[in-house]
Formats: sequence, C-alpha cells, structure tokens
Amino acid sequence: MEIEQQALSNPTGVETIEISGSVALLEALIAEGTEVIFGYPGGAIMPIYDALYDYKEKLNHILVRHEQGGIHAGQGFARTSGKVGVVFATSGPGATNLVTGLADAMIDSTPLVCITGQVFAHLLGTDAFQETDVINITTPVTKWNYQVTDATEIPEVLSKAFYIARSGRPGPVLIDITKNAQIQKFDYSGYTPCNHIRSYRPKPLIRNEYIEQAAALINQAKKPFVLWGQGVILGEAEKEFKAFVEKSGIPSAWTILGAGAIPTDHPLNVGMLGMHGNYGPNVLTNECDVMIAIGMRFDDRVTGRLDKYAKQAKIIHLDIDPSEIDKNVQTTVPVWGDCKETLPALTALIQQKTYPEWLKKFRDFDQKEIEAVINDELHPASGELTMGEVISHLNELTHGEAIIVTDVGQHQMVACRYAKLNKTRSNVTSGGLGTMGFALPAAIGAKFGAPERTVVAVIGDGGFQMTLQELGTIMQSNIDVKILILNNRFLGMVRQWQELFNQHRYSFVDIESPDFVALAAAYRIKGKSISERGEISSSLKEMLEHKGSFLLEVMVTKENNVFPMVPQGCSVSEIRLK
Amino acid sequence: MDSNKINIAPASLSSGEPARAGTDGGRDEAKQEFTITVYTENQIGLLNRIAIIFTRRKINIHSLNTSPSEIESIHRFNIVVQETEDVVRKLSRQIEKQVEVLKVYFNTNDDIIWQEMALYKVPTDIIAEKASVERLLRENGARAVVIRKDYTVFETTGHREETDALIRILQPFGLIEFVRSARVAIIKNSDGFNRKLREFEKAEPGEDVNENEYLNKGQRIFTM
Ligand SMILES: Cc1ncc(C[n+]2csc(CCOP(=O)(O)OP(=O)(O)O)c2C)c(N)n1
Repeated sequence: MEIEQQALSNPTGVETIEISGSVALLEALIAEGTEVIFGYPGGAIMPIYDALYDYKEKLNHILVRHEQGGIHAGQGFARTSGKVGVVFATSGPGATNLVTGLADAMIDSTPLVCITGQVFAHLLGTDAFQETDVINITTPVTKWNYQVTDATEIPEVLSKAFYIARSGRPGPVLIDITKNAQIQKFDYSGYTPCNHIRSYRPKPLIRNEYIEQAAALINQAKKPFVLWGQGVILGEAEKEFKAFVEKSGIPSAWTILGAGAIPTDHPLNVGMLGMHGNYGPNVLTNECDVMIAIGMRFDDRVTGRLDKYAKQAKIIHLDIDPSEIDKNVQTTVPVWGDCKETLPALTALIQQKTYPEWLKKFRDFDQKEIEAVINDELHPASGELTMGEVISHLNELTHGEAIIVTDVGQHQMVACRYAKLNKTRSNVTSGGLGTMGFALPAAIGAKFGAPERTVVAVIGDGGFQMTLQELGTIMQSNIDVKILILNNRFLGMVRQWQELFNQHRYSFVDIESPDFVALAAAYRIKGKSISERGEISSSLKEMLEHKGSFLLEVMVTKENNVFPMVPQGCSVSEIRLK
Repeated sequence: MDSNKINIAPASLSSGEPARAGTDGGRDEAKQEFTITVYTENQIGLLNRIAIIFTRRKINIHSLNTSPSEIESIHRFNIVVQETEDVVRKLSRQIEKQVEVLKVYFNTNDDIIWQEMALYKVPTDIIAEKASVERLLRENGARAVVIRKDYTVFETTGHREETDALIRILQPFGLIEFVRSARVAIIKNSDGFNRKLREFEKAEPGEDVNENEYLNKGQRIFTM
C-alpha cells in the first residue's frame, strides 16, 4: 500500500499503475488540494468509502447527519475559504437530499464538487434499489453534471469538475459514479488538472471600449452610486474594489452576499440594499444619475418593482456572466469581464473625486433611519429583548472580526443589517434561495474553511429545528462553532408578513421549541438560555470565550418587525420605516 | 460581420431616449418567430439542459431539430419559438452559458433559409381513380416515396404554409396519416463554424469567440 501510494502521487512519464476508480477519485481530490470532505455513506458509494479507509491520513472526511447538512457544510467551507467544497452522498435518497443545497449553491454561485454513488451501470433504468435519475433531477440546479460509468473517465471528469466549479462564475457540479466504475481497475497514468474546455468560456473578453465609456460616464456624473455584490468577493477583487471606491469617491451599497467586501465602517460604505436594507441606499437609488453595479445581479429583493427602479440613471454593469447583463435591468454600458481585471482598468481612467453633498444625503437618510428604527432596535431602554441589541453586543465583543453565518428570516435580516464586518468572507448566508436550515451546517463548513476565526451562527428557533441534527456532527468532530438562537417563538418573518399584509391572520406561524439548552447538553454541547437585558453581554462573552462549541438561546420579543421594508410590488423609494 | 449572432443592441440607446427594451419595456415588444441555432458538443443530457431553459420559463418550443453538423463531433440544434426578441436574447444567453454549448445565434425568418419536410399517406385507389389528385400533388411539389397497393406516401418540403396547404388539399381524399419534421435552417449571413471552432480550441480565444453584441454592431453604447 505504502509503495503504491507514493507512485500515485508521483506520476512520472507514461508509466501507469493499476488502480480502482475509487482510488482514482481520491487521488483527484488530493491533487485538487481538497482539505475536507463532508459526506454520508451508503450502498452505492461503498467502494469509495472503502478506498477512503486507506486515505484517512490524507483526506479529512467529516461524517454529517444528513446529506443536506453535508452540502450546506460544503457551501460554508467554500464561502469562507474561497476553495471548492467537496461533498459525498450515496445514490437515491442520499443524492436527492443534496438537491436543496445544490439549488442554494447554484443561485449563490458557490463552487462545489458533489460526488454521488449510483447503482451498477447495467441496472440503470431498471428501478433498481436506491436508483434515482440524479443527473436529470439535478440538471437545473448544477452548473454542470456528469455520470461516470467507466473508471477510465474519472481523472479527466474530476479535473473538469473542479475547473468548472471554480472558474468564471462559480457553481455546483455533481458527478454521479456508478458502482461498477468505482470498483473497476484501470491503468492510471496520473492526474492532469484542466484549464481549458473548448465549449466553455469562463471569462468574457474584456473590451476597452466599454471601460472607456464607463469611465466617461463616471467622470461626468453628479450623483453616482455603486452597488456591489458577491462578485467582488468571488473574484477576489476586494483590493481592486476598494481602490476604485476610494479614488472615485462614490457612495457604495451592498447586497447581502456582498457584505464585508469592504469593511462596514468604511466612510464610503452607505449600507445595505434591498427589501430590508437601509433607507438611504433604497431611496437614493431613484435619484442617482449613474449607477455602477459590480458583481451583482439585480435580484427582485434588491430592486423591488422593476419598472420604477432607477429609471433616471445610466447604468454601468460589471459582470463576469454575460447573461446577467440586461437580464433584469437594462444596461447603458455593459462591462463584461472579471472585475479583478475590469476594476483596475476602470480605476485608472477615472478622476479622483469626492461627492460631499451627495454623500451627505445618504447620511441624512441614515439619521432618519436611526431615529425611526435603529435606536429602538439596538438600544431599547425597556421592554423585551430585541434581536438587534444582541447583534450590537456581539459587535462590541467581536469587534467585527468574527464570521457571521445566518439562517433565514427576521434574525437574518437583523444580523445582516447590524453585524459589523471588518473582513471579507465574513458573512455566510443563504441569499438567493433563502434556505431555512442553512446556518448550522454552513457554520460547520465555515469553521473548516477558516479554522483560526470565530464562527457565530445566528439562527431562528424555526430554522434551527430544520437541521439541528448537525449538532451530532459538531459533537463527534469537535468543531468550535458558536450557536446563537434568537428565539421569538414564531416563524417570525412569515408572521411579520401576516401581520402587515394579511390583517394579523397568524396562520401556522406559532412554533413551539424543545429545551434547546437540554438538547445541546444531550450532544455534549454547553448551552445557556437568557431573557434579561443585563445578561446579554456577559453571556455572549461566555459563549465566545468558551473553548469549543456553545449554544446561547436569547428569548427575544415575540412580535417585532424588521424595518425598513420595501413591501413586495413597491418601488425601492416607497420603502417604509414602520 | 456576424450581425446574426446573439444580439442586436438596444437600438434606441444611441438616439438619446433609452427605450429600455429590457424586462419591463420588453413586454410590449411584439412576439414573432425566431430560429435559435445552437452549436454544441455531442453530449448526453445536453438536450435536457437546453430544453429546461425553455420549460422553466413556460415557453413552448414550436420545433426542435438536432443533428450532427458539418464538423465532426459538433452538433447543431435548430429551435423555433414564438417570442419577443428580448425574451429570445435572454434565452440564447442562458443557452450559451451551458458548459457544452459553443455558440448560439438567433434569427428572424428574414435572416434564414428554412425548410420542413412532410410525409402524407393516402389511399392508393383514390389516387388511381382521380387523376386530379395526382396533379394537385405534383403542383404542390410532392413526390411519391412509396407506392403500394393499399397506400401511397408522398413527400414534400417547404415552409409551414406549404406543407399545411397540402394537408387541406388531401383531407377530402382520405388522408390517412401525416407527419412533419422539425425546421432546419441555414443562416444567410454566416460562414459556418469551421474557422470559429479552431478559435475555440485555443486556450486564449480571440474576439471571434467572445463576440460582443454591442460592439460588433459598431454602435455606440450611449450618448451623453
Ligand atoms: C426551507 C424553508 N421553508 C420555508 C421558508 C419560508 N420562511 C422564510 S422565513 C420563515 C420563518 C423563519 O422563522 P425562524 O427560523 O424562527 O426565524 P425568524 O424569522 O423568527 O427570525 C419561513 C417559514 C424558507 N425560507 N425556507
């Protein structure tokens, strides 16, 4: 075994050695620098797990409690590390349990390579035990998928899988490997990473004409406005982006997936866009004269009503994916390309400027928002606890250095609005799909992706109960994640809509929870539940200082609403403060 | 060149008053027949990947043809839809985004030469009895493919109206069965795909591969 392994990692010349498809797969993962695999075994993937038995030293496999947990962990890992997340699942139910995570990764452009076992090739289409047509089920939710039925295909297919997952606009790839291909032995001649597929253009060619036109528009603008999204982070263009913003002097706002690309308290960061974003960025969207959208896709949660969205503005859209240009908002100057390359080119052509009056408008709106919403949310003098004050105390203790993973609902909006982020890749949330149950497993992966950083998962009482089985993964793998449950005893976000738009008709949003602290204890995780204002800071401190995972439940007021809010079907400028 | 690729700039943007042909403005645009031509790798599952781009948006594919192109290992799809240009452009971009798709073009009927083939099965005795039927068939460019005692199969090739017209003509004479192929179309203004493919094979492809609908049209993007 020892000798064989050496030969494998050192493939020279045309020498070949005979290995199984499963071993070829694991060699490919090692060659691609895989640090951790989140997986769950089963019949159709057993040959791979058997091979993994001999690779324990080289590949760290984390046994999750549900394949959905596995894929969300892979996503969390990819989001904080910038690398490709790797996930294993068996055929049939194992594979179908990946679908939510694939859809989530697809819409949030998260690079993943998922390996599913499949029944023997000769059984395909026979309704064999645990056979599902996983390729067709996952086609709409993968950037690419492929079924391997012959072991000799494995090295090349894996190299393509990794290349496709991480290049261009990243996304999830699924490789389905029939059991016979996992077992089959073949002459292996080493692994060659892929860097070109003739039918695949990860990056559009950059056209200087566009850059020049964009610069001309920016240089003449009186009220320019930058909107940035996750593209800046995915393109590892944070520095280039900061240089652009600082030279241009343009007020800049973020989508929730873009949060943290420049620090929260950067003087030109004017806040969050969208339905629960800040007041100024939403209202002034309909006042700017030139809008510069960078690595964002004009999701309807960001734009509100489209026919009343920034109609007065000339729009410059920088995106690596040409299909995003004009998809939702008609572009004046489309700057196709990787923003790591287009931004410096644009920065070189723009004038150094400041817009004090225009920036002041944002700050004036901030003031209104602080008075109408933020003060009560972050610094309530009396009454029950608010979600915002918990996040505010957390900021004071972490100084913005922690990774904040959020689930979906009111707590997500509150955490994204108020969490202080000093660093990029600090905000992990399910943006496009809004997947409840995302946070706990994603936090596990996030910790593997950034082991030296503190990871705090902010979760609602509803969402926690969707994937709480992953407490088992935390227990068994000794992972240090801080779990902060903001318990309002409601499916809060849905309740908010029912209150505001369905005349308080609370239809099935009242949710009971178990004793979360006792539950954590059952998993040997320390926990605490609080409901007093005076305990917030000390309890958060205890959680953060505790060695290992910790669950802190904060009982918050039941019927608080997240404001501001752009009601569905309304224009961004019709944003409500209450 | 290549005015026929995915594209056509929002024409009005250079005239000062942006018409916002996108999303919202696009709804008023008239629907018409578009033929989408797709060059792809020969890959299992790709047909599904392309089809779901339409079905996801609840768009009906009027006609779909897929077959090997003049180039070894490259397949060519012809897809016909009745949609606005704005929608077709977005569909085309989504198709071109697929990993195994090389290139997508979309064209109106003015830009292409197209044909559909149809087969008609009619009772032989009626044809034999009524000489006029045979004359009608010949006048409509049909030719007999099979003549048997019990039935005869005629074939004709043409546009939809032509193949439809023959159905109406044959109906009174006991048309037994009819079938029509999908549309195949040649783009008038194209140089084929051979040269382009060589560009695609390079690791750093030139402008030919990364065509740009706005700039290649030679139009300015905006005026201020
Ligand atoms: C898997 C899934 N199911 C349903 C929803 C719809 N949904 C969005 S927010 C929400 C309520 C979340 O409640 P909770 O987790 O308690 O968080 P809160 O809003 O109270 O902070 C629901 C049900 C969803 N986003 N995801």
